[in-house]
Amino acid sequence: MQLDIRLPMGLLFLLLGIILVGYGFVSDHAIYVQHSLGQNVNLLWGAIFALFGAWMLFLARKKKQ
Amino acid sequence: MHVSPLVPLFATAGGAGSVVLQLATVDYLILALYFIFVIAIGWVIRRSMKTSKDFFESGRSLPAWICALGFIGANLGAQEVMGMAASGAKYGIATSHFYWVGAIPAMVFVGIFMMPFYYGSKARSVPEYLKLRFDEKTRTFNALSFAVMTVFSSGISMFALAKLLNAILGWNFDACIIFSSLIVLIYIYSGGLTSAIYNEVLQFFLIVLGFLPLVILGLQDIGGWSGLMHNLDAYSATKGMPGAWSSSWSHMGNATANPIGIEWFGLVAGLGFVLSFGYWCTDFLVIQRAMAAKDMNAARRTPLIAAIPKMMFPALVILPGMLAIALYHKGGTAGIALPMGTDGNPDYNMVVPAMLAKYFPNGMLGIGLTALMASFMSGMAGNVTAFNTVWTYDLYQRWVNPDSSDAHLIKVGRVTTVVGLIISACCAYAAAKFNNIMDMLQLVFGFVNAPLFAIFLLGMFWRRATGHGAFFGLLLGTLSAAIFQGRTLPIGETAGLLKGGWLGVQHTFVSSMAQNFWMAIFAFSGCFLGTLFISLATKPNRTNDELRGLVYSLTEKPKDEHGAAWYARPMPLGLLVLACTLVLNIIFW
Repeated sequence: MQLDIRLPMGLLFLLLGIILVGYGFVSDHAIYVQHSLGQNVNLLWGAIFALFGAWMLFLARKKKQ
Repeated sequence: MHVSPLVPLFATAGGAGSVVLQLATVDYLILALYFIFVIAIGWVIRRSMKTSKDFFESGRSLPAWICALGFIGANLGAQEVMGMAASGAKYGIATSHFYWVGAIPAMVFVGIFMMPFYYGSKARSVPEYLKLRFDEKTRTFNALSFAVMTVFSSGISMFALAKLLNAILGWNFDACIIFSSLIVLIYIYSGGLTSAIYNEVLQFFLIVLGFLPLVILGLQDIGGWSGLMHNLDAYSATKGMPGAWSSSWSHMGNATANPIGIEWFGLVAGLGFVLSFGYWCTDFLVIQRAMAAKDMNAARRTPLIAAIPKMMFPALVILPGMLAIALYHKGGTAGIALPMGTDGNPDYNMVVPAMLAKYFPNGMLGIGLTALMASFMSGMAGNVTAFNTVWTYDLYQRWVNPDSSDAHLIKVGRVTTVVGLIISACCAYAAAKFNNIMDMLQLVFGFVNAPLFAIFLLGMFWRRATGHGAFFGLLLGTLSAAIFQGRTLPIGETAGLLKGGWLGVQHTFVSSMAQNFWMAIFAFSGCFLGTLFISLATKPNRTNDELRGLVYSLTEKPKDEHGAAWYARPMPLGLLVLACTLVLNIIFW
C-alpha cells in the first residue's frame, strides 16, 4: 500500500497554517503596515493554508474509508 | 535543460544583491518544518521500494493527477519562478509566449499523439525508445548527452540557490551547496522517483499558494489591473516602444518593435514548434513523470492535466515581474527598490527577492522563502532522478553489466544518485569559478538539443526512417546549429565562440533570443532533411513486426473507455486546453 500524498501534504499545510495564524495574532501590527498594506496577511493566508491542509486530510480520509 | 531551454539562463543571478531579507524565528520554524516533511516523505516511501521498477518508474502505479502535478512541478524550478519573473520585467506580457505558444501546444501533442509510443512500448526511458525504434548508437548518443546535461543542470540550480541565499540572507555558500544536496540526496536515495514526484506535488502547492499573495498585494498596491497597465504603458514609452509591455502579439510584427527582439514567425516556428516540442515531447525529465502513470489513459492525460495549471502560470510567475518593473518605474513610497545590474538596467533576476522583501512580513516571508528553496530543489531532484534512470538503464545495464540482477540495479540507482549529486556540486563550483565554461556548455547542449525533435517526429510517424538516418541526421542537425551560430551574431555583440559569428558574420539578429530561435529552426531542418535522405538511401533496419507499438501507422490507436466522461478522455481534454489557450492569446493580444 503506497502512501497517499494528501496525508503528509494536508498535515504540512495545516501545521504551516496554524503557525501563520498564531504568529498573526501575536505579531506587532507595524510589520503589516510596513509590508502588506496594513493587512494581517499571516492571519488571512494562514487560515487559507490551514483550510487547504484540512481539505487534503479530509480527501485522504475519505479515500481510505 | 531543466526548464524549457528557452528560459534565459539564470546562472548569473544574485549578482548585485542589495536586496536583503531579515528572517525571524517564525520563518526558520517554517523552513525547518518543510525540510522535515520532505525527508519524512522519502523515509516512509522507502518501504515500498522493492524492485527497480518501483525505484526508477514508481512501479507505473500513480494516478494521473499526481503525475500531472509532478510533470509540472519538475518543471517549476527556480529558472521558471525567478527567470520568468525576470522576463516579465524585461519583456512584459509578451513573456506569456513561453507558455501559450512555447509550452501548451507541445504538451497537448505529446499527450495525444506521442505518449502511446512511450508508454505503450516497453521502453523504460526515452533513450530506450530510441533503441527500440532506431538502434543502439542513437540511444547511446542521446543517453550520454542527456546524462551530462542533467547533472550539469542540477549543478546550475545548486549554484544559483547557494549564490542567491548568500546574497539575500548572507548564508555561507559552501553550507548551502552541502545542505541542498544532502536534502535532495536523502529523499531520492530512499524513495526514488516516487519520492521525487511526491515532493514535486508538495512543492507545486507550496509555490502556488506561497506566491499568490505576492501577486495580490502587488496588484492592490499599484491600483489593480488598470493601474498596472497604466504604469507599464508609461514605462514602455520611456523605452521607445509604447504599449509593448502590455500586449502579447500586437508588437510582434517586427523584431525591432518589441523588447524580446523577435518577429512572429521566428517566435512561432523557433520557440512554438522546434524548441518547445523538442523539450516537452522528448525530454526524459518530464516524460519520466508521465511514464510513471498507472495506465495508458493516465499517462496520456498527464501532460493534458498539467497544461491546465501551466496555462495559468503567467499570472503567478510573470505578473510579479511586470508588477515589479511598474512599481520600480512609479517610484516614490509605493515604489520598489531593484538593485542595478552591471549593464545599467535593473538586475531583473532580483525581482522575486525584491518583491518578497517589500510585501511579505515575517511569517509569510518564511513561506515565500520556503517556496523559493522548494523550486530550486525540485529542479535538482527532477534532474537527478532522470539522470539515475538513464545512467542505470541505458548506460550501465547496456554497456557495463548487462546481466545485473534487479536488486543490483536499485543499488546502482542509489549509488548513481550520490555520484550524480557530487558531480552536480562540482559543476556548481565550476560555475562559480569559470562562468564562461558553463555558458559554453549551455551552448553546446543547445546544438545537440535543437534538432532532436526531428528524429522523434520522423521515427514515430514515418516507418521508413532508419537507424543510420536518425543517427547521422542528428549529427547533421547539430552541425547545422553550430555552423548557423558561427555565421550569425546578435546586434551589438563582438564575434566569438560564445556569441557567434566565429565563421564570419553573415547575418545579425536584433537579440540573442532571436538568434537562438532561428538556430533551432535551422538545426531542425538540417536534421529533418538529413534523416529523410539518409533513411531513403539506407536499408530499413527494423521489420514491421519490430516497429509495432513504436510507429503511428503500425500501432493500434488507444481506445477510450466506453462511456467515459469527456474529461477522462485525452482528445476532448486536449481540445479544450487548446481552445482556452487560444482565448488567452486573444484576450491579451
